[in-house]
Formats: sequence, structure tokens, C-alpha cells
Amino acid sequence: MKIHEYQAKALLARYEVEVPRGEAVETPGAAAEAFRRLNVARAVVKAQIHAGGRGKGTFAENPARRGVQSVGSPEEAEQTAAAMLGKTLVTVQTGPQGRVVRRVLVEAGCAGRRELYLGLVVDRNRGKPVLIASAEGGVEIETVAARRPEAIFHEPVDPWAGLRGFQVRKLAKKLGLDAAGEQSAAAFLPALARCFLEQDCSLLEINPTVVAEDGTLLALDAKINFDDNAAYRHPEWTELRDLNEEEPTEVRAQAAGLSYVKLDGNIGCLVNGAGLAMSTMDLIMLHGGKPANFLDVGGGADVPQVTEAFRILLSDAGVRAVLVNIFGGIMRCTTIAEALIAAYQTVGVHVPLVVRLEGTEVQAGREILAKSGLNIIAASDLTDAARKVVAACNAAVSA
Amino acid sequence: MSILVDRDTKVLCQGITGKAGRFHTRRCLEYGTRVVGGVTPGKGGTQAEGVPVFDTVEEAVQAAGADAAMIFVPPPFAAEAVLEAVDAGIRTLVVITEGIPVLDMARVMPHVRAAGARLIGPNCPGVITPDACKIGIMPGYIHRRGPIGVISRSGTLTYEAVWQLTQLGLGQSTCVGLGGDPIVGSSFTDLLELFAADPETEGVLLIGEIGGNAEEQAAEYIATRFPKPVAAFIAGRTAPPGKRMGHAGAVITGGKGTAADKIKVLNEAGVVVADSPADMGAAMRRALDAGR
Repeated sequence: MKIHEYQAKALLARYEVEVPRGEAVETPGAAAEAFRRLNVARAVVKAQIHAGGRGKGTFAENPARRGVQSVGSPEEAEQTAAAMLGKTLVTVQTGPQGRVVRRVLVEAGCAGRRELYLGLVVDRNRGKPVLIASAEGGVEIETVAARRPEAIFHEPVDPWAGLRGFQVRKLAKKLGLDAAGEQSAAAFLPALARCFLEQDCSLLEINPTVVAEDGTLLALDAKINFDDNAAYRHPEWTELRDLNEEEPTEVRAQAAGLSYVKLDGNIGCLVNGAGLAMSTMDLIMLHGGKPANFLDVGGGADVPQVTEAFRILLSDAGVRAVLVNIFGGIMRCTTIAEALIAAYQTVGVHVPLVVRLEGTEVQAGREILAKSGLNIIAASDLTDAARKVVAACNAAVSA
Repeated sequence: MSILVDRDTKVLCQGITGKAGRFHTRRCLEYGTRVVGGVTPGKGGTQAEGVPVFDTVEEAVQAAGADAAMIFVPPPFAAEAVLEAVDAGIRTLVVITEGIPVLDMARVMPHVRAAGARLIGPNCPGVITPDACKIGIMPGYIHRRGPIGVISRSGTLTYEAVWQLTQLGLGQSTCVGLGGDPIVGSSFTDLLELFAADPETEGVLLIGEIGGNAEEQAAEYIATRFPKPVAAFIAGRTAPPGKRMGHAGAVITGGKGTAADKIKVLNEAGVVVADSPADMGAAMRRALDAGR
């Protein structure tokens, strides 16, 4: 789960991580008020969307405007906010369709001597979080990694104890911090690690971290993603979630306990298990078709879940045929067969439906489908299923 | 021979009185697995599926002699269940539970390693040595005993692969589901080391997917040190970057972890990579025929 920059900064402030003073607002008038309250010569107005590259991003309605702009008066803050709010910001990460800006952050401007990169992620190989640091901040870390990998430093974080003092000292040396900078880092870096661990983050990125004139570190930007698996112990995440930033069908699927990702093809897929679901997409492509989605009904799908899965699949107007591919392990084939019939009757499936069943109680499952009298095309194996669904889809398209 | 589990493995089910724990304990018993007991705090002294239930793993180990744990405990308590099993001396842990917070696994894995225990999963289908011991949720009947080791990050895709092998007459020595989470207890390389030393295993089928670099590490190991034929399939060639494809670990980030990269390094390591998921079994056959 992703949150906005202003939310991430509020969270970091609770860990006494230095962040610029600022306010998130939803109207141009409130932006002017926020500027007055900051009582500074210059402020920055930053569009709040769940995507990076905002500073270089431009608005679909006015390509001269950027997603981050410096302002010097309440009037300018108001005009700038008006040019952002309700408009579509397109960045390298949003795709060409962009995102509508619903909030802007008005923040005290700050100058620094240098910009650093600091980020925490879970390192799969080490099996623990790792703090990634570079003196080359303000650009994407992937760019630095590709150009100068030796400029990136890694310190593993003990998931019980956090970041140790000696690790801070090592990093301070490598980053070229002076005495004041090292003193600031001694609080700043362990606080980031503590936030990452306590808040169940999957990503925490401060890019850039500014080194101010007096040597102190300041989080000029902030990006936080949470580990969805930990949601049960963070009821406060419900408040932080912004459904406007998510694909509506994906939200709906998640609510039903399904895993769904919309793609741009025309063959809908309903599969149990993530690996098999991905492979089913690959298989369709290999046979000349285009998958419309990834959909994993999981291990214990019941009638309501499968019904909802069909509704979600068929809500995509581009879907011309559906492939159900089930290999029963936890899920019995009889369960899926009954669920398919119930869903078919409830939802009213109006496109060709190819079903391939294998696994636990497969014979009984196939019999249930055969006796149902429904217009279901049975497939015997993967290749057979792919050929049949691609043929059915092509026939539907040309009809 | 086989790896990890065999006819003598005495299995304990943690979370045996839950719906999934109960159902799969029954299935494992039917398959012939020696399930000697279960653990659910507060339910000690009762029976489930004909086996005794204990309040603690320690009691189960003392009374029933369990040496492997099959864990169905729900996510909020799963990490604790792992620590309890390790504390009680269990050295083979199979964690089926899906949805355990990633940092919980980061916290318990150092304890598992320090104890010299081996953990498979979480979020995995389990481990099976055909005709001897099934610890997990895979349908038993698709397996047949034979010379192929199977290692996979997936669940149902593994069943698909095993089914293809069985239909081609290629039985399996042991099949292991590593799990689909970002932090898992065992890697492809860990299991390849065991298969290298197992005389029954003549070849290995790897089933990987997008995300991370476990396949790349396996490729390096295979190229330099693994003596037996290997075939592979990588799921997710059509997956868009930045999107989590079901499994928490299946996401292409920063252009890293793509199927194309993994397929390339596996090919370079001499692995026969199947283009289609329908071709996994046949790829294994080709790898065996080509030899190594």
C-alpha cells in the first residue's frame, strides 16, 4: 500500500525526523492561507499523487506547468495551487493517462549544501531490511546504480535492534559528512530505520535528503509503502489509504479477497494460484492471444468469490472470451465447478467460456460441469485450453 | 533416498484444529504421512483427525517424538509458532500460512538458521516425497516416485509441472515449494545443494517467476557446481512492471527481476528453459536426454 508524501512526512515527524514545515490543502484559497501561516519568503507547492517524477512531470491541461513549483507570495501560492488541483499530472511513473491532483502540499522552501539519497527496502538475499545511501541524491537511485554503482552504499538493518551507531559512523564517512552532519545523522538514520521497522514499511525513501548550511539533515521528499501483509496490525492505515489513486476494479477485487491486475488484452483469465495465473497469461500470449487481466482466486475460493471474480472480469468491456484454469490443491474441483455454475447463472456470462480443470476431485468436478447443460467449452490440458480460448476469442472479434 | 522428508519423518501439525489444518492433516494421513500429533494452545488433551493435540510443541515432541512441523497457524501468530517449533528442537519446518508480515520473517529467520533448522515457505504448498511423506496441501495423487527433483516458487503451477512429469513417466524424488513471499526460508540454491547430494535424484526442474534474483543465483550455482541436468520454467513474461502479481514477491522493480533476464542467465548456465507452461515436463525430458 502506498501513501502520499505529506502523510509520509507526518509519520516521519513522529520519529523526530526533520521535515520542512508545511500543510496539505485541497483548495487554492487554503494554499494562500497556508503560505501566510508559514511566514516565509519562499515556499514550494507540490502536487500530491502516488507517483514519482512530479518535479519534471507536466500537466495535461497546461504542459508549461510542473508538479512542483516555487512560489513567493500568497497570491502566487493560490494561482499555482489552482493550476494543479483537479488537473491531470503526467510523470514518467503515471503512464500517459496521468493522475488527477486532489491535494497539494505547501511547504517552507529550504536551501542546502548538498543532496543525499537515503532509502530502506527489504533485501531478499540478506533476508532483512537494508539502508541504501548515496551522496548523489535528487536523481533516481536506479540511474545512479546503472552509472556509478560504487557510489551506492548498503548497510543491513537488524530487524530486532535497528541501525547501530557504528553503521551510522561508517555511512557518515562514506557520504562525506562533516562533524555536524555526522551528529545529525546519528539521530536521523536510526529514526528512519525505527520508522521502517515499527510501521511495517516495504519501502521508505528520502530523496533527496538535504544537508543544510549548518550540517543538519532534512527530509525534503518522502515516499513510504507499507507491507500489505501487516495491515491487520495497523488499523490506522485505513485512514491513510487514498482509493482515488487505485484502479477501481483492483480495489473491488481486493475487497473480495481476490488478486486482480488489469491488462489491455481481450481474453479474461480466472485462475487459482499466482504462478499458474501468470503462466496462463504467458500461455495465451504464446498462442497469439492477449490476456485482459491477471486474476488469482486464491486457495480457498467459494461461490461468492468466484461470482465476484466473474463480475469483475466481465465488467471489462474489452473481454471477448474467458479462460478458467484451475489446478485443485486446497481448492477442490467440485467446489470450483459448483461455484462456476452458480456464478454463470447469477452473472449471466455472455462470452465464450473455456474451462480447464485438474487436481483434487477432478472427475466429479468435470461431471458437475458436463451435467450442468451450460455452454462451457471443456479443455483437457493447458495447450488445448489456450488454443480453444484464442479461437473462441478470434471468432467473437470477427463476428 | 530423497531430500528433507521420508517414510520415517514424524510430523506435527501446528494449527491442527483450524479448518485448513484439520482438512490437510486428514489428507496427509490418507497419503501415508506419519502425522504423530498437533498443537493448538488451549486444546491440549483432545484429539483431531485421530491424532493427539497438545498445548505446546515441547509436549508434542516429548510425547509423540515429532521431528518435522507443518504450520497452518494464522499470520498474526505464525512467527511465534516458528520460534516455538525451533525452541522445541524441530529442525524441519514447513510453513503453509499465507500473509505473514515480511518483517516477521526477517525477525525469525536468524533464529531458525542459528538453530541449524531448515524452513520451507512461508506461503508455499509444502514438501512431498512421493509414496513416503507429504507435508503440505498438494494433491497427492498427481505424484509418482522417481528420479526428478522439483523446486518451485509457486503452488498450483508446481502441481501442473508435477502432473506433466508424471504423465511422461518421470517420477519425482522430492518436490519442494519455496513459497511466494519476498523473504522465504530456503532458496533454489539451498535445495539444489541437497539434490546434488541425493543419489536418487537424476535431474531437477526449477519453476521460477518474476521478482528478486533467486533464479539468477541458482543459474550461477548450476553453471559452476551443480552436476545434474536441469530444466526450468519462469512465469510472468507478460507481467507489467511495478505490479504485484498475486505473490508478494512477484513484482518487477526498477527494471529488475524480469522473466527475460532470468531465462537468459538460465540458458547461459546450460539449463533447458521451457517456453510454454505446457512444456515443463517435456523440457525436463530434453534436459535428461542431453545429459550433463
